[in-house]
Amino acid sequence: MGEYFILAISCILVNNILLAQFLGNCPFLGTSKRMETAVGMSMAVIFVLVMAGLITWIIYHFVLTKFDLEYLRTIAFILVIASLVQFVEMFLKKSIPALYAGLGIFLPLITTNCAVMGVCIINVDKDYSFMTALVSSFSYAVGFGLALILFAGVRERILLSRVPKPLEDTSIALVTAGVLSLTFFAFKGMV
Amino acid sequence: MTGAIFVMLGIGAVCGIILSAASKIFYVYEDPRIAKIESFLAGANCGGCGYAGCSAAAVAVVEGKAGPGVCVVAGPDTAANVGSVMGIEAGSAESRVSFNKCEGGLRAEDKFYYLGAMQCNAVNAAYGGERECRIGCLGFGDCIKVCAFDAIDMGPEGYPVIDEKRCVGCGACERVCPKNVLEVVSLSDRLLHVNSEDDALAPCRQTCPAEIDIPKYIRQILSGDYEGAVHTIRERNPLLLSCGRVCPHPCEDDCRRGIEDESVSINQLKRFVADFEMNSGKRYHISRAPDTGKRVAVIGGGPAGLSCAFFLRRLGHGVTIYEAMPELGGMIRYGIPEYRLPKKTLEWEIEGILNLGINAVTNVRFGEDFDFGSLAFEGYDAIFLGVGAWSDYSLGVDGETLEGCFTGIDFLTRFANGENIAAGKRPVVIGGGNTAIDCVRTLARLGAEEVTLLYRRTRAEMPANEVEIEAAEHEGIKYTFLAAPVRVVGDDEGRITHLEYLKMELGEPDASGRRRPVPIEGSETLIETDMLITAIGQRPDVSFKESSPKLKDLSITRWNTIDNQPETLQSSIPYIFTAGDSATGPSLVVSAIGDGRKAARSIHRYLTGKPVEPPKKSLFKKRIPESVFDSVEGVRPKPRVKMPELPVDERLDSFVEVDHVITEEEALYEADRCLNCCRICYDKDAAA
Repeated sequence: MGEYFILAISCILVNNILLAQFLGNCPFLGTSKRMETAVGMSMAVIFVLVMAGLITWIIYHFVLTKFDLEYLRTIAFILVIASLVQFVEMFLKKSIPALYAGLGIFLPLITTNCAVMGVCIINVDKDYSFMTALVSSFSYAVGFGLALILFAGVRERILLSRVPKPLEDTSIALVTAGVLSLTFFAFKGMV
Repeated sequence: MTGAIFVMLGIGAVCGIILSAASKIFYVYEDPRIAKIESFLAGANCGGCGYAGCSAAAVAVVEGKAGPGVCVVAGPDTAANVGSVMGIEAGSAESRVSFNKCEGGLRAEDKFYYLGAMQCNAVNAAYGGERECRIGCLGFGDCIKVCAFDAIDMGPEGYPVIDEKRCVGCGACERVCPKNVLEVVSLSDRLLHVNSEDDALAPCRQTCPAEIDIPKYIRQILSGDYEGAVHTIRERNPLLLSCGRVCPHPCEDDCRRGIEDESVSINQLKRFVADFEMNSGKRYHISRAPDTGKRVAVIGGGPAGLSCAFFLRRLGHGVTIYEAMPELGGMIRYGIPEYRLPKKTLEWEIEGILNLGINAVTNVRFGEDFDFGSLAFEGYDAIFLGVGAWSDYSLGVDGETLEGCFTGIDFLTRFANGENIAAGKRPVVIGGGNTAIDCVRTLARLGAEEVTLLYRRTRAEMPANEVEIEAAEHEGIKYTFLAAPVRVVGDDEGRITHLEYLKMELGEPDASGRRRPVPIEGSETLIETDMLITAIGQRPDVSFKESSPKLKDLSITRWNTIDNQPETLQSSIPYIFTAGDSATGPSLVVSAIGDGRKAARSIHRYLTGKPVEPPKKSLFKKRIPESVFDSVEGVRPKPRVKMPELPVDERLDSFVEVDHVITEEEALYEADRCLNCCRICYDKDAAA
């Protein structure tokens, strides 16, 4: 149990997928302008990442390894993740309309999110067991949500302050993301 | 290798099978009309409708959130098709086109030499676009690049020119422009715009009661686009021929050239293009919005009523004018004499307004020949009241009703109506306003030997136009100032023989800021006369109010004018709107025209279910403080063009028009004197 906890801390804070590994930057900048969208995006990522992490783990270990085709994992994962997102969207629309209405527009956006892809590849690269892969996928997704929501809060405040004209909007967002990333480096060495 | 291909095919096939099975299992019923409507939409996904793409727009139509005319790209056919899917009438969707608020002109020096990307947005972000005017175009053409319909081009003067035939009103250019120069508006929006604090307004444009875009039409005259100038004026003033002749042009008092030099002769330029259209032998096409099916009754065919009817018609409403006199025109037909505004000219102008599809019924007086009940029976959606101020004030002295005594408007009206009134040999006119001047000049033309104008203050306080006072002087009118009539003396047969008046002197200033005349004791003087016209002011005749109990709630001010909200012109009864002399008391023609348009705006809002309220930040009778200058640098004085006039000795035999139109050469010279205020732009050429 203890090692899962350490893994979770490591995935959420120390190796934060956004601020330490720099994956998933497009939704990080794109959906962080408003707190509402940031929360919606975080939820969608948690949902999809857990599903994708498990399915790709299964595909890798039971299909690709069996036929010695590990070098195909990237293209296979793309295919699987894209289909998965489509499937989940259809499933939610029919079965849980409330959740679909909440996540609706964010689900297709994650189809090619590199954070999702990255976590799946980390899972197989580090030879995680099925349970470990589940914990790591969930924790990475929570870390993504944490960073995104923190960042959205900061950006909402930036909107109210005076920013030099040439630095407005995306420029100041990138500068802020850099500073935020530096603060997360303080967690280095914790685990 | 083969294994890899098979595995990938296998994964792909499994994914495909699962997805296709899922689409069957998890099928959610979707309204088939959505797909049908989407097939009719343009498919450009431009977002001009305000929805995220065409499919979102189709969903909005099916859900009833958007009308069949939701697509801004496709034409009326699409709206009809979409309407047929939904089983509803397409109605009238007015098309919107991009409109360039900045028309270039001279360019200011740039403050910042920018070397980066040559883009409006980049230059603007780097402070390069900072200039005096908040609106002006930067001229790098971001709007041209973004237009998907190839409807914008860079014009020869360095600002974008819009091809209205190609523009679909998607709004892409409006969104990309960092300087707020481009605006996607419908014709109605343009006609309804009221001067606001955020507009770049030249001083003349702020002063003009009709809010005409003066610098724009002067610029159009200078470039030889007389038709464009006429259209610019018609967006604010339908009576340009009449105004070009009789307007006392308050705009010229505020002209910036006037600070260092003589002001630009704005009104003569207006008259020049107006006459140019009339003499060209054809009428320029006046565009208007599609019919809305609403109907409005306009009571009173004077300048306010004609203006209101004109703009309501251009907004697509059906209008009927009811006029008490035999002909339309109101005070400008019956109060302004032939030598200032020939009836033929006026008729040509009114005909042009009626040609838009406005009905007119004449010789019917509100409250007598028809009343509120008959209007309700006809089913009008709103009523405009512009009945004017036609009741003369009387002197209130003894002997006023003797034979030979007239009142000003009564005299001018009867004369204009063709009645043969013999002028006296030594007529006296009392009053100092334009009506009094019109009376004396008319009498001079009727063969009176000596015409006297009696006014209780001095010439400096006369409210009449200065040019009119001077012209009357040239025509031999005798002025007697500081004289107040006290008694009219008659003979045994009841005919007037003398007028007795008291001499006055000026005392302390009164509420109007003019020095109050005080009588001098024992200075009674007799003046021999055989005809007396009293022209000391008029007020509206509101006796129609008694004709219907429903008008009981119409509130009347203590000056006998119809009470209204000064900015929206809505009366105390919500569906009655009022403007012109009947709402303000006797005032300028151009004020009545301007208020007629504002009333049309309020009526349009009332008919389309929007709250009847003044626009936010409206510049109602205020000035933009930073636009008021004490001095203007670099103005080289150039004399103002002279008004061509009929020689005095030819004037008095007839009622031929006295003031003539300037020549084309003079008009171009005068247009070149305009300083193009508020049309100065950032220097694109220096930055390029």
